[in-house]
Amino acid sequence: MIALKDVLALLDGELLTPSTSPEAAFRTVFASDLMSDVLASAEPGSLLLTGLANTHVVSTCNVADLAGVVFVQGKRPPAEVVDQAQVRQLPLIATKITMFEACSRMAGRLEDGGHVRR
Amino acid sequence: MSAAEAVFRQDFPVKGGDFGKAGTVACRIKELLKDLGLDTWTVRRAAIVAYEAEMNVIMYAWEARVDLAVSAGAVHLVFDDRGPGIPDIELAMTEGYTTATAEMRELGFGAGMGLPNIKRNADDFRIESEVGRGTRLDITIRTNGHRTS
Repeated sequence: MIALKDVLALLDGELLTPSTSPEAAFRTVFASDLMSDVLASAEPGSLLLTGLANTHVVSTCNVADLAGVVFVQGKRPPAEVVDQAQVRQLPLIATKITMFEACSRMAGRLEDGGHVRR
Repeated sequence: MSAAEAVFRQDFPVKGGDFGKAGTVACRIKELLKDLGLDTWTVRRAAIVAYEAEMNVIMYAWEARVDLAVSAGAVHLVFDDRGPGIPDIELAMTEGYTTATAEMRELGFGAGMGLPNIKRNADDFRIESEVGRGTRLDITIRTNGHRTS
């Protein structure tokens, strides 16, 4: 499991949903801008890394039981998307780093099996 | 499934082109199935099927009626739309084949995975379409069923 606070530290992330649980944790990571790929292949409990920042991301996570979202490369969702996520207790994180760099850091973290590597 | 067999039944309208409300019906169906006490895996499969089918209506059709019926052993979903229909169903079922516009793809959909995703999550999947009239999807998800891939 990867804790929310570790994701924030690893990705220089900003938590956009302050009312979601700080104890959130993620089983694994899935990265895509295509929501159909998320619906087809992401495991329940995953953290989604995406460059898509619209309402469909929150709906997709709700439908497929994903546990959180990182918006990469400086993307920021509109306020109504943040509101929807807070209602559904879905943590949203924004980071300025690229999708590739975010995936690389998360993969390193998963390989290390629990230790934050920078 | 006959109406008499269903322990729960509800229908929902979906309006074509209404991207702002996309996912509303699927999320409602998911909540209803959870409230009925169905297992997490069945609820997830039904929600994914409903979301993909709802997106297809919003992207391609004019309107649809969605019928949800839950019986002791299965969730049954019918999406009956009024729309342009599908000229070549076999081609439409091919993963990656799409007629989506760039605008649809910018929303994260239209990757040519919708119908294959629906089939993958269904235990029984039937599709009928008539060009110029519409498309009907008839989907059964058994509560003890499994994804086919």
